Amino acid sequence: MDFKKVSKHPRWIVYALFFIGLLFVPRILSIHDLMLFEYGMTFAIVGLGFNLLLGYTGLLSFGHGAYFAAGAYTVAMIGKYFPQAYSLEILIPSALFFSMVLSLIFGFVCVRHTKIFFSILALSLSMLLFALLFKLYHITGGSDGLRVPLPTLFGMSFKGIRRPEFLSGTYYYFLLGMFSVSFLIMKGIVSSPFGKALQAIRDNEVRAELIGIRVRRYRLYAFVISGMFVGLGGALWTFVNGHVTADLSHWVFSGEIVYMTLLGGFGIFEGPIIGAMIFTYLKLYAMGNTQYWMFVVGGTLIVLVLLLPNGVAGAFASLWSKLKR
Amino acid sequence: MLTIDNLKKYFGFVKAVDHVNLEIKEGEIVSIIGTNGAGKTTLVNLISGYIKPDSGRILFFDQDITHASPYVRIKLGVGRSFQLIQLFSNSTVLDNVRTALFSKYEMIKRGLLPADRYSSVTEEAIKILDGLGLSGKESLTPKELSEGDLKVLDIAIAFALKSKLLLLDEPTSGVATSDKFKVMDSIVKAIKKERISTLIIEHDMDIVSGYSDRVIVMHEGRIMAEGKPNEVMENKDVKATVFGIVSG
Repeated sequence: MDFKKVSKHPRWIVYALFFIGLLFVPRILSIHDLMLFEYGMTFAIVGLGFNLLLGYTGLLSFGHGAYFAAGAYTVAMIGKYFPQAYSLEILIPSALFFSMVLSLIFGFVCVRHTKIFFSILALSLSMLLFALLFKLYHITGGSDGLRVPLPTLFGMSFKGIRRPEFLSGTYYYFLLGMFSVSFLIMKGIVSSPFGKALQAIRDNEVRAELIGIRVRRYRLYAFVISGMFVGLGGALWTFVNGHVTADLSHWVFSGEIVYMTLLGGFGIFEGPIIGAMIFTYLKLYAMGNTQYWMFVVGGTLIVLVLLLPNGVAGAFASLWSKLKR
Repeated sequence: MLTIDNLKKYFGFVKAVDHVNLEIKEGEIVSIIGTNGAGKTTLVNLISGYIKPDSGRILFFDQDITHASPYVRIKLGVGRSFQLIQLFSNSTVLDNVRTALFSKYEMIKRGLLPADRYSSVTEEAIKILDGLGLSGKESLTPKELSEGDLKVLDIAIAFALKSKLLLLDEPTSGVATSDKFKVMDSIVKAIKKERISTLIIEHDMDIVSGYSDRVIVMHEGRIMAEGKPNEVMENKDVKATVFGIVSG
């Protein structure tokens, strides 16, 4: 390896060190903490996808719970109705496919508008899905939801193994692999010519149109890619949670996706990952210590908007640039 | 290259562009002058496809583009800059131009390799910026540029689209008087080098007479006079209407 070439990209060295560190996480954390960490990792994939729309295209969706639910319900329903196909190598592509189809349909409607109209349309469509998941209880389990059994992986069965053991073994490394691939793909997307076109749309859609970018079409592309990442996060989350309910498509859950992205900082690529991790722990510890956990979450959001408008990662980045000076 | 035939655009009772006929040849620099509300910007908006005319025709290299979308016009080679600067405010100077180049070369669908990997595009963007006097400012964002540089960057984006016809809406408005000629020198030098036909809307008569091959005077949506800069400046009606000089 050419050291000079690598040292030009210190960020990639940090990424590599983090990846190596993540390989040893199951040896360090207790099963309980590891499960929490896995929740965080699935939400980190969701945050990466969501931020393609918010941070890089300038569209704030309050309905991304719908694509999370699409991924999660794909897994749960294949488990219930097609158990012979209940294998990770089938479940993940299926979840990607169905979240793509749903985000293509919903996105086609939403991207015709921007700002508050876009946000409200996205929210309304996700609530439409919520109503369907809630009311079609013969198929979806309604408010009881659906149980998610342990899947197989390339013929490897995990029958007789308890979920915590499954999560701390093979599944952790599968999840880490999916997270790493998602991270690399998204990093490629945002720094590619396609990503530059999305940023041009975010900054000035009139000028973007007048340099020959088909704004609506590219917004739709961003919406679909974003929906697929969120759907993937939803599918991976189900195995950690073991159960899916219609609440995943409710606007409150979509609000949590917005919250974690803001918490980390949507102006920085790594921000939503940091936000997802902090949110997972914050919510759990707030819920574990007080019945007024929503007050804690809401309070931190107010503090965040007032004191750290660029999120936690944004605050660290500006501190780092000040120190460098 | 550009033929405007009997073009009309009314906004209610306001005759913004009233049966205008106009022709621009290849490589020609034409300026439009006129009082506020004369219809200059409306005419540019009609040519760029930003608004649609009520009637009349716009021909570009004999192709009827009257009802073509802005996207089609850009692909054919009609580029424009704006009176109020329109930039990609959070992107670097380099990325502002590079994104336009990616669009021009139909490369914006490429979604996995970093933009930096397309070194020929980066080199071309730097060459355009150098040609317009913005060298060394590639990594700055528009917020860090002077008003004059912002204007030039706005034009650099239009330049990157390899336009055959460039529509410049008040390229020196908001620029400090001391910088106006510097800005225009950079722009006109690059335009002449590439032999781009240019239609400039401008209020500053020194700029108009110094850089135009031909001047068109608009008043109340119609063309009042046209000709060489000196001829037009001496026209009695133009003097009275545009400059408010009534000779005895």
